[in-house]
Amino acid sequence: MVDTLVIPILKILIVLNATLVAVTYMVLLERKVIAWAQSRLGPMRVGPYGILQPVADAVKLMIKEDITPTRADKWVFTAAPIISMVPALIVYAVIPFGPEVNLFGRRVTLFITDVNVGLLYIVSVASVGVYGIILAGYASNSKFPLLASLRASAQLISYEVAVTLTLVSVILMAGSLSMVSIVRAQESSHLWYAFVQPLAFGIFVIGSLAETNRAPFDMPEAEQELTGGFHTEYSGMRFALFFLAEYANMIVVSSVATTLFLGGWLRPFPSVAILSVLDVVPSWTWFLIKSFLFLYFFIWIRATLPRYRYDQLMRLGWKVLIPLAIANLVVTGIVKVVLL
Amino acid sequence: MGEAIAFYFIAACILGFAVLVISTKDTVHSVLFLVLDFLFVAALYVLLGAAFLAAIQILVYAGGIVVLYLFVVMLVNLKRPPEAHSDPHRQTRLGFGMAAAVIVELGAVALYSTGKPVVPLASAATAAIPVSGNTEQVGWLLYTSYLIPFEIASMLLLVAMIGAIVLAKREL
Repeated sequence: MVDTLVIPILKILIVLNATLVAVTYMVLLERKVIAWAQSRLGPMRVGPYGILQPVADAVKLMIKEDITPTRADKWVFTAAPIISMVPALIVYAVIPFGPEVNLFGRRVTLFITDVNVGLLYIVSVASVGVYGIILAGYASNSKFPLLASLRASAQLISYEVAVTLTLVSVILMAGSLSMVSIVRAQESSHLWYAFVQPLAFGIFVIGSLAETNRAPFDMPEAEQELTGGFHTEYSGMRFALFFLAEYANMIVVSSVATTLFLGGWLRPFPSVAILSVLDVVPSWTWFLIKSFLFLYFFIWIRATLPRYRYDQLMRLGWKVLIPLAIANLVVTGIVKVVLL
Repeated sequence: MGEAIAFYFIAACILGFAVLVISTKDTVHSVLFLVLDFLFVAALYVLLGAAFLAAIQILVYAGGIVVLYLFVVMLVNLKRPPEAHSDPHRQTRLGFGMAAAVIVELGAVALYSTGKPVVPLASAATAAIPVSGNTEQVGWLLYTSYLIPFEIASMLLLVAMIGAIVLAKREL
């Protein structure tokens, strides 16, 4: 009873709440880091150094007027933010934050579930998230959101191909689709896959920037060209859902990158015996640190690089990343067959 | 018991959404119901223990193909009603004809299979597979027993892709 029902529900509750809190604080972190990059202070008013800003933001968004345009397609307009938020949250079901640990005298696994097709589950759930953006643009019945959503879906579909191809080469290395097995495979090969598959890692990072609509690929929300992007007509909490979904997706791709390429919950240099003092630190801390560094990198990129032009974006996706990913996959396959 | 309830619920949803797909006036709504339909088909696969197939169903159909449908629907102006055909009962007759064909087909299968011992196809096929795990089993079957159909299907897709490129590009 406790093992089959109580613990999974507790784990789901903890992960969901932690994600939502992390998402709101990601917004603050982003504002702070970009402010520092531009020699500003960033939010300072609410709480010491502005650390209560997310709370104020949440209250503001919830009490704002929620407008549905009269010409909008009401059902789809309401469903679109939900459709983009839900996939971003249910992905966490298969992300391993750590191995089995002893907690209050019980063996508890630090992941909600470990399915045989974990990575495929992540990819397929993420592909459903595209609908949120397309439908938001369509249902608004307004020119700029429609243009933005067409751009966004073309961008997401294009980069999904390249990203998925890099995932296939990781699967070839690990010989499994299960997230836990992929980390275990990195443990037994004594190497993070970022070092074995540097090209795949690079393509994954670039592709995940585009997949999450982040700068320099934040074409779908290019304010100068499209007023506000696909969520121009949204206000209040429904706008907030899109916003939260974007940051939740950033956390998802950071966790996936950590699991696949940076050894998940493993400590640095997992095979060097001298560094075993590092085992004092609980394994999930390593996971969080690596994911955090990845998230910081996302913000850093946004503060550094200007936005791509749309044709440059498409050229990079189709003519550079996808051929490179295919070549990487073929080479990985050949090496795997020849050497092993 | 629980499995039966789940099956009948999922099956009812699949049929209900399928009816909504063809009866809804708004084309975008119809495409959306198609996505829901595909998601419930994936749920049916999960119920059958075919996790790999379920993930692929969502990835390819719900996440890939229907997005392209939506593109087409949004880019093509569908506000204009389709021109009425000269024969108003054409669709009705066509529908009844096709339904009759399906019923005859199902009847023939039922007649053929009565009196024969029930052989669970899946267990017969998996008996000789030396690998475990859903994904591995699908891969094993694809590259051993079903290699030729698999290759033919990929050739067909290649031909379709080249054909689409030739049709779309006026000058090559």
